[in-house]
Parts: sequence; C-alpha cells; structure tokens
Amino acid sequence: MKFAARKTQSGSELATELRAIVGSDAVLTDAVSLRPFECDGLTAYRELPLMVVLPASISQIQAVMKACSRRQVPVVTRGAGTGLSGGALPISNGVLLSLTRLNSILQIDADARTARVQPGVTNLSISEAVQHLGLYYAPDPSSQIACSIGGNVAENSGGVHCLKYGLTVHNILQLKVVTVDGELMTVGSESLDSPGFDLLALMTGSEGMLGVVVEILVKLLPIPPVAQVVMASFNDVEQAGDAVATVIGAGILPAGLEMMDSYAISAVEDFVHAGYPKDAAAILLCELDGTIEEVEDQIEKVEELFRTGGATGTWVAKDAESRDRFWSGRKAAFPAVGRISPDYYCIDGTIPRRELGKVLVRTAQLSEEFGLRVANVFHAGDGNLHPLILYDANNKGELEKTEELGNQILELCVQVGGTVTGEHGVGVEKLRPMCLQFEDAVLEQFHRLKAALDPDTLMNPGKAVPTLARCAEFGAMHVHQGQLPHSDLERF
Amino acid sequence: MSGNDLKAELIAAVESAYQNGEKLRIRGSGSKFFFGNPVVATPLDVSAHSGVLSYEPAELVITARAGTRLSEVTNLLAESRQILGFEPPWFGEEATIGGTVACGLSGSRRPFAGSVRDFVLGINCINGKGEYLSFGGQVIKNVAGYDVSRLMVGALGALGVVCEVSLKVLPQPEVETTRVLEFDDEAARTEMIRLNCLPLPLSGLSYHQGLLRIRLSGTENGVRAAEKQIGGELDHEGDVYWQDLKEQKLNFFFRNQSLWRLSVAATAPALNLDGDCLLDWCGALRWVYTDDSPDAVFAAANSMGGHATLFKADSGWPQGRFSELEEPAKSIHSRIKSAFDPKGILNPGILYEYC
Repeated sequence: MKFAARKTQSGSELATELRAIVGSDAVLTDAVSLRPFECDGLTAYRELPLMVVLPASISQIQAVMKACSRRQVPVVTRGAGTGLSGGALPISNGVLLSLTRLNSILQIDADARTARVQPGVTNLSISEAVQHLGLYYAPDPSSQIACSIGGNVAENSGGVHCLKYGLTVHNILQLKVVTVDGELMTVGSESLDSPGFDLLALMTGSEGMLGVVVEILVKLLPIPPVAQVVMASFNDVEQAGDAVATVIGAGILPAGLEMMDSYAISAVEDFVHAGYPKDAAAILLCELDGTIEEVEDQIEKVEELFRTGGATGTWVAKDAESRDRFWSGRKAAFPAVGRISPDYYCIDGTIPRRELGKVLVRTAQLSEEFGLRVANVFHAGDGNLHPLILYDANNKGELEKTEELGNQILELCVQVGGTVTGEHGVGVEKLRPMCLQFEDAVLEQFHRLKAALDPDTLMNPGKAVPTLARCAEFGAMHVHQGQLPHSDLERF
Repeated sequence: MSGNDLKAELIAAVESAYQNGEKLRIRGSGSKFFFGNPVVATPLDVSAHSGVLSYEPAELVITARAGTRLSEVTNLLAESRQILGFEPPWFGEEATIGGTVACGLSGSRRPFAGSVRDFVLGINCINGKGEYLSFGGQVIKNVAGYDVSRLMVGALGALGVVCEVSLKVLPQPEVETTRVLEFDDEAARTEMIRLNCLPLPLSGLSYHQGLLRIRLSGTENGVRAAEKQIGGELDHEGDVYWQDLKEQKLNFFFRNQSLWRLSVAATAPALNLDGDCLLDWCGALRWVYTDDSPDAVFAAANSMGGHATLFKADSGWPQGRFSELEEPAKSIHSRIKSAFDPKGILNPGILYEYC
C-alpha cells in the first residue's frame, strides 16, 4: 500500500517544500534539467528521477532527508556519477540527491596526516591539495580525476595500488552520516578505533543504502621517495600468473601489479604507443615504491624472478618519464578498447589468483560461444579481473547477449571461490549474480541489517542486495536470457 | 588439514538457546575473558572448533576455524616467512584466532600496517537465531554485500558466534630492528609525529619514561638507511620490548590497579590525568594507570577526539567499561544487535546494556 501511496503523491508539494530548504535553483524538475542525471557511468541503464536536489550544506541535507522521510519518498544519493554499476541510477518516483555542491576541503592537518573533506571533492584533488606537504591519499580508482570521495566511500573504491595500500575502508578514519530520518551521526573518530560496532566499516561500500555520507576524514600517507616499474612479457598467460605468485611468495609486496592479455596489449599499443611488446601473450607491470634503498633491494629481485619465471623480456622504468609511459598503456586500457569497439562492458569479478589460468581459458571459450570479443586487464596482485566485453549497442539484442556473457563470467568467478565485484559495486548491474554468490539466509540478514538503519527502505531502494523474490525471478529470467525490464526496480 | 569440525554442534546449541531464550557467553580459550563488561550466562565453548582450513602463501590468505590457536597460525605462517600484519596480542598461550577477531585488538604495528579488521576478508558465523552465515570471502578485493565481516570485528560476539575466519597475511619483513632515543614527554610526542610524516619503514613508535623506541621493518638496505637517518642507539633487547609491550609483560603493567586504554588522536597533547602513561601507536594509544575517577578518564579521552576502555578492571568493577555512545548511534547499535540477535542471547550486555 505504501508504494501505491508513493505513486499517486504529487511531486510538486515536495518540490515546494524542498525549494524552501535548498533554494529554488537547487531543485530541478523539468525533463531537460533532469536528463544529465538519468544515469551514472553505467549508461546502459537510464531513468529520470522525480526531481534532482542539490543541497549545499549538511543542515540542508538533514532537512531534505526529514522531508522525504516524512513523505515516504525514496532518495538516491549521487556523487560525481562515475560509478560503473548503476548505484546512482535514479528512481522515477524518488529524489536524486546530488552532493556536487559540497566540494570543499575543510581542513588539512599535516601532523595528523589527515584531511577533512566534503563528499563532492574529487579523489585526485585531495592528493593535489596535500602534495606540497609530501603527502597523498592512497586509493586511486582509474576515474580519480572525476570521481568524488563520497562516491568512493559508498563503493569502497580501490585502484591499482590496493594490494599494498588497501581500499577506501583502510584509508578513512571518520564519517559524518545523515540518517534516513535526517539525524546527523558521526562514525569512526580521529583515533585509530572507536567504541561499539565498527559502523565505519559498515557504511563504507554500503552503496548509499544506509545513510548519506556528508563529511569524510581521510588518512594521508607520506609520498614514497621512489617508485620504479618493471615490465615483463610472457608467451603464456598462465605463466604470467605464476610469475605473480612467485613474486608475492618471495615476500615482496608491490605497490601495483597489473596484467594485460594480448588483445588488450594490441588495443592499447595502437592507441598510446606505450612501448608494449605486441607479440606477447601477456605482460606484467610491477611497481615497487618506498625509499631508494628499499626499491633498489627489490627491483632486481623482481626482474630476476620474472626472468626465471619464463619472461621473454623485461624492462625497467627507472625514471618518472618512462614509468609514466609504462603506466599510460594500462591506464588507457579502457578508452583504447572503447576506440576499437562501439561499446564495451566491464566486468569486475575477483578470483583467487591460482584460478587465473582456468578462468581465462573458460572466458575465451565463452567469448567464442557468444561471438563477442573479450579483452582482459587484471589487477593481478589482488586477483581483481576486468574482462572487457566488446559489443555494439546498436545491434539488436547485443547488449542482452553481452550481459548474459558477463553474468556467466561472474558465475565462474563465484564457482572458483571469488566474488562478483571487487571494486565497482553491485548497484543495479550485479543483482543477479549476487543471488549466485550469497545464500538466501545471508541475503535476508543483509535486508534485516538495512532495516536497522532504513526501516522503510527509502534509501537507494532496490540496489546492492537482491530480494529473494528478485532472485527467484532471475532464476526464471535465466531461461529467457535477460529480458529484464529495468523500470520495475522501484517495486521493492 | 587437521582440527575438529564442531559446526553442527555449535549451530544446534545456538538454535536451542534461541528457542528457549537462554543467554549464552561465548568463550574461546578464555585468554581475553577479562575484556568487555562481565556477562553471566551459559558458556558456549568454541575453542574445540579448530583447524586451519586453507593457506596458500602466494595468495596471502589464511582461513581457519575460530578455535584454532594463534600459536598454530603463527607457526604455520612463519614456515613461509609470513605474518599476521596486525600483530595480535595473545594474553595466553592458548589464544584463538576467533577470540582475536571478536576482541578486535591489534599490536604496535597497527598504525603502519593496519588493524585486525583491516586484514579480515571473510567471516562465517552463527547469528542469534542459529543461522550459519558466510560473509565476505577469501579474496582481497570484495565489495559484494554489506561488509558484515568487518562489522563482526571487535563486536565481542554480540552479533554472532565467529566460526571461521579468513585473513589477509603479509610477508615477514626481511630485517627488523629497534632504535632507542632519549626524550622528555613533550619532545617525544613531537618526534613521533615528525617521524610518522616521513617515508620511513616504521613498524613501531612507543614512548615511556624518557625512552622513545622506534622499530623499523623492511629490506636490509632500507632499514640500514633509516637507522642512519633516525640516529639513537640500537636497542639490543628491542624484540623483547615489543613482545612484552604487546603481551603487557613490561614492568609498567605489573600493578594492582585498573588499567585504562585510551585511543586518541596521535597529535593529542599529554592527558590531563594523574598517574603513569605509556604511549604506543605513535601516541594514538595510551595505556594509563590513574587514581582519577572513571568519569575523568572518559572525559579526557573524549576531549582528545578518542575514547577510553577500562581494559583490565580490579575486582568488583561494575558495567560501563567503554565510552558511552551518543544518539543516533546508540539506537542504531541496538537495532543492529536485534537484526542479528533478535532475542539478545549472544553475550548480552558485553559492550553496552543495549547491545
């Protein structure tokens, strides 16, 4: 009944109330103004919200949440909108709460190695603001120029340096969160732990389902004086995977350890000319950072381990220029693939590294079966695989086919003991494989946990955790190959 | 792999307690039984549910049943020159991995390498209804579902009986050494902060009564270069010092008095409390013996952006060992507790009367 009430409710009353809170220019309701907010980085899913609200302060956010809560209107929080799983996809009868106006760095404490920032601040701008102090913010998702720190918290974002420096959850100390009923709560502290349950960990990666993150105290690290990169080429992907295991088994913890397969290599090489060997079946990029002495101790060792592990060639980038060139290829992998295909679809499964060979072989088979090309880039150090499926959305049915292939790759990741998402989040995109990964009792526990913070399911409803009914529905969908009507998401 | 699988028995025990509304006191080896508010309830012994289930050094992941002894885990990791990066305090030879995770305590390496919750990848537990639930997994990067594994860390069993744990492990540093320097109290805090902002291979910063100890861990040449930069003397007994600090076997800890643990901002000034104070974690962790009132201790921690715990109480201490929570966190704690343990049978009141 509640849902019927939401449907029939007049949006204009709410808009009037919200305009009184945030000002008339900060509530958008006409279709043209709403259009830019219809999707996030996952553009295959689009929906116009009832309205977009752009608050400029915590107290405004509190008032907006109170109003929406009282009227039982769902709220989707949005940062920069660079997310890749549809976590910020609007709901047609809900408010889209955009936090882009909260974009100030509030305080930098060099001694404490912390920065207090608003959620709309971009990831990279934090590091830029503290660079003169010899400090930086470690997590570096590939979208770091544009993505916001609030979104990073919501997704527990990673990047290429996770193995050594951790995810967002390891690099934040405190959050201010506005609850669904508009109360302000502080979780975490300026110290290294807090009394009670670890709500800081719970909020991180909760995809806007449990509260609105309105302020973040991030941890900063001293910039390592030296970073060097070794590149190695291999004739065999599995051999490259084994070489990764050998390096880690030898007690070396690289700052970054990335792999690309031949398809990704040639796409990248044609695009940015990073100097990658185009005849290789796979290349590894291994970055070591620390003091000069530490890096010197390790770099030769890594090169030697790669050589004895069957590398057909190794190259060391000793200066910043050649290091940047080596990385330029990896960083351009997605756009490079985008250049050779009208559309691509990025998968985000994580696997135990030992299963890499098996997963890549099976992925190649699936790619053939579906008639869709797949390029693989891989955060090899931490097992996070990003197969990029190349497709053309203009070809009827190709997106659906792509999603089905993606789903089967994720099934495979779960089967070998991995997970359906390493860093991009579940959003709307991975609800179906979530049913594969988690048992019913666990999904129900997740829902009870959400209800403890959001009893009326008003915050980003329908995302991140599928209902059991939804999983049953997916079971049926499986037969019909993904004719999923996305507009029904609000029926939760 | 060796060990005993008592999963079925543990599930049955919790299920039956749920049916009967019987309260349970979860217990591992009892090495950290002093920690948390006292709970009077039927014991549920998890210590026999033991054994390492998987360990592959190249994956940097170990999975073990909750009752597995830390000694077994540590020895196994040492064979492959790996360690638990958070340097857990044992407080007893029989300490278990489940108890370690439930208590959420980390040693001197914590500010530099991370805390126990930072290393937890997955937890299987039994909730208050007797349901066996798997959260997280065995891979380092995993954002599927709410991070319940980390929520369980330090929850002292109030949300579930921890049955299996997967932890990320770290390579053992090639070389480890300790420098000792003389400083007065204020200068020591300043020096710790200064060092902590430099790119040095630090793994410990502790201060007590005039002596600042700096532990360095890393490659041979990396540590040697840092030694030169830092100066001071080599502490030949360094390893013993950090071990005794972790296990509270330094002379400092031998007193007939309640021991307070204050977790504050590292940059916080000296505490406004009478008594003796030992600093760990670059000054962010302060062990305190004081005659001041509990209210004064809680207030002191609070004023420095942190919190206090009555870590070891002399006999007869009532409830109230943790800094109080404020609303709305308090109500949310209570509702989260109910979401996992609707009848409140798991370690009731161990954190607060409401969870």
